[in-house]
Amino acid sequence: MIELRQLSKTFPTSEGSFDALKDVNLTISDGDIFGVVGMSGAGKSTLVRCINLLERPSSGQVLIDGQDMTALAPKQLRQMRRSIGMIFQQFNLLMQRTCLKNICFPMEIAGMDAAQARQKGMQLLEIVGLPDKAGAYPVQLSGGQKQRIAIARALASDPKVLLCDEATSALDPTTTRSILRLIQDINRRMGITVVIITHEMAVVEEICSHVAILDHGRVMETGTVEEVFQNPQTEAGRRLVYPDGVRLDQLSAANVVRIAFNGGSSYEPLIASLAIDCGVKVNILGADTRNVNGQAFGTMLLGLPQDGTEAAKALAYLRAQPDVTVEEVPDYHG
Amino acid sequence: MDKVLEQITDVLTNPRMHAEFLDGIWETVYATVAATAAACLLGLLLGILLVVGEKDGVRPLPAPVMKVLNFVINVLRSVPFLILMLMVLPLSKVLVGTRVGTIASIPPLIIAAAPFVARLVESTLREVDKGVLEAAQAMGCSPFQIVWKVILPESLPALIAAATTSFITILSYGAMAGAIGGGGLGKIAINYGYNKYNYGVMLVSVVLIVILVQLIQSIGTHLALRLDRRVRLAEKKGRLREIQKKERTARRRPGI
Ligand SMILES: Nc1ncnc2c1ncn2[C@@H]1O[C@H](COP(=O)(O)OP(=O)(O)O)[C@@H](O)[C@H]1O
Ligand SMILES: [Mg+2]
Repeated sequence: MIELRQLSKTFPTSEGSFDALKDVNLTISDGDIFGVVGMSGAGKSTLVRCINLLERPSSGQVLIDGQDMTALAPKQLRQMRRSIGMIFQQFNLLMQRTCLKNICFPMEIAGMDAAQARQKGMQLLEIVGLPDKAGAYPVQLSGGQKQRIAIARALASDPKVLLCDEATSALDPTTTRSILRLIQDINRRMGITVVIITHEMAVVEEICSHVAILDHGRVMETGTVEEVFQNPQTEAGRRLVYPDGVRLDQLSAANVVRIAFNGGSSYEPLIASLAIDCGVKVNILGADTRNVNGQAFGTMLLGLPQDGTEAAKALAYLRAQPDVTVEEVPDYHG
Repeated sequence: MDKVLEQITDVLTNPRMHAEFLDGIWETVYATVAATAAACLLGLLLGILLVVGEKDGVRPLPAPVMKVLNFVINVLRSVPFLILMLMVLPLSKVLVGTRVGTIASIPPLIIAAAPFVARLVESTLREVDKGVLEAAQAMGCSPFQIVWKVILPESLPALIAAATTSFITILSYGAMAGAIGGGGLGKIAINYGYNKYNYGVMLVSVVLIVILVQLIQSIGTHLALRLDRRVRLAEKKGRLREIQKKERTARRRPGI
C-alpha cells in the first residue's frame, strides 16, 4: 500500500518559491491500477517522483507498506527503490546496451549472478512480446518496442509497484492501447500495483480502477474511475472528463425553458459555452432547429439544473445572448 | 627553392638523417602517448568530479571544493603553454632528474593538458541524457554505479573522440616543447631546421607531424563511431563527417 500524507513540494524559483504539490493525501491499495490525471504542469510528475524519492518532498510523508521513504538512509533508500519499478515517457533506455543487457541492468546493480540474470532477462523479453530483440540496440526499435523493453527492465527487480510517468504519451493511439494492455496484464498476472500518470483521461478510462484528479498541485477529487467519470464533483474534474463540454444525458430536468433561435450561430456552441463559461450543465429535452447557411432557426427545450443558483446563472447567461429569446415553461411533463 | 629541394633530397637519402628522424618520430610518439595516457587519466577523474560533484549532480560535493577545482582548472587553462612549461620544468628536475630532453617534457605536458582534458571530459559527460540518469537512480544505483555503469559506458564513443583530440593537442604541445629543450620532431624542426636555415628539414618534420595527426585522428574517429550504438550503420557515414567537422573546430582553440 502506498500512502501519501500531507505531501507538499516547494521549488525555489527566481520569482520566489513555487508550490508544485500542496497537502496531497492519497492512498493506493495493493493490486490497484491507480491513475493520477491532470493538465500539463499540474504537478503529476513531481507527485510520482516523490513516491520513489527522486524528488524529496518539502514536507509530509510517503509510506510504502508503512515504511516512511523520507526517513530512509541512502543505502536503505536504494534498496527500497529496487522494489519500485518506473517507466518514462522518453523510455530512458541505455543506448549503448543491447535490449537484453538493458533488462539485465537492475539485476546487475543488485549483484545477481550474470547467467541467472540473463535467463530471467530472456523470460522477461518473452513476457513483453519481444523475444527476438535480445541482441538489438534501442536505436533499432520503434517507440512502442522501446517502452516494452523499459517495462521488462522495470520488472527485472521483481517490484511491488510500477510507476508510469506519461508512459504512453509519446506513442500513437494503437501502440498506446497495446502498451496499456500489457501493463494491465502485468498487473493482473503478477499482482503489481500500478500508478499511472497521464494527462489523457482516455488512458485512465482504459485501464485504471481508481483515479485522482490533480490540479495546481492539489488533489481535487479521488475515487473509483466510475464514480469520478459519472459525476465529477469539481471544476477540474469536469474539465478533464468532458474536455469538449457537457455530457447531456445524465441530468434530471426540473426547470425547463424554451429558447428560440432567431438566426444566430448554431446551437451546439451555445450549449458548450454555457458549460464552459458558467460551469452549468443543461439537458436538451427536445429540439426543432434548422441550420440555414450556418445560422440557427427554431426552438429548443432545455432542462436546467435542480440547483437554484445554477439554474439562475444559466438563465441569465442565455438571456444575455443575442438572437436568442428565452421563455420559461412552468408545467413541462416529459 | 632549389636549395630546399636539395635539403629534402638530403633528408631522404642521408642515412644519418634517417636515424635522426626515426629517433624524432619515436620520441614524439613516446612522449605524446605517455603524456596523453596520464593526462587522460587525470582529466577523466577531474571531469567526473566536475560533473558528479555539482549542485544537482549525482553525488554533490561541498561548494567550496567545486569552486577551488574550477578555479585551478581555469588558471591552468589560461596560462600559455610555453610559459607553463618553463614554470613547471623545475618539477621535471625533481621528478625525472633533468630539465632537458623528451622525458623532461612529459610532466609539463601532463600538467598543461590535464585541465584541457578535464573540460573536454566534463562537456562529454554532460551529454548523457538526464532521463537515463534518473532511471538509473530509480532502479537503485549508487552514485558510483551511476558513474561506472551508466555515465562512462554511455559516453564511451564521445570519450574516445575526446581522447583523440587530447592526443593531437598534446602532440602539438610537444612540438612546441622542442623550442625549449624538449625532444622529438619539434626539436628537429627548430634546432636542425629553423635555426640552421634548413627549410627542407623543417618541412619534412612538419609533414611527419601532419601524417601522425591524420593517422591518430582517423583511428580515433573510426573507433568512436564503431562503438557508438546510437547510430545505425547507414547513418554512420554522415555522422563521421559531422564528428570530423566538430573536431576540427575543437582543435581551433586559443592556447593550442
Ligand atoms: N525542479 C523544478 N524547479 C522548479 N519548478 C519545477 C521543477 N520541477 C517542476 N517544476 C514546476 O512544477 C510544476 C509541476 O511540474 P510537473 O510535476 O512536471 O507537472 P506535470 O507532470 O503535471 O506536467 C510545473 O509548473 C513546473 O514548472
Ligand atoms: Mg509530467
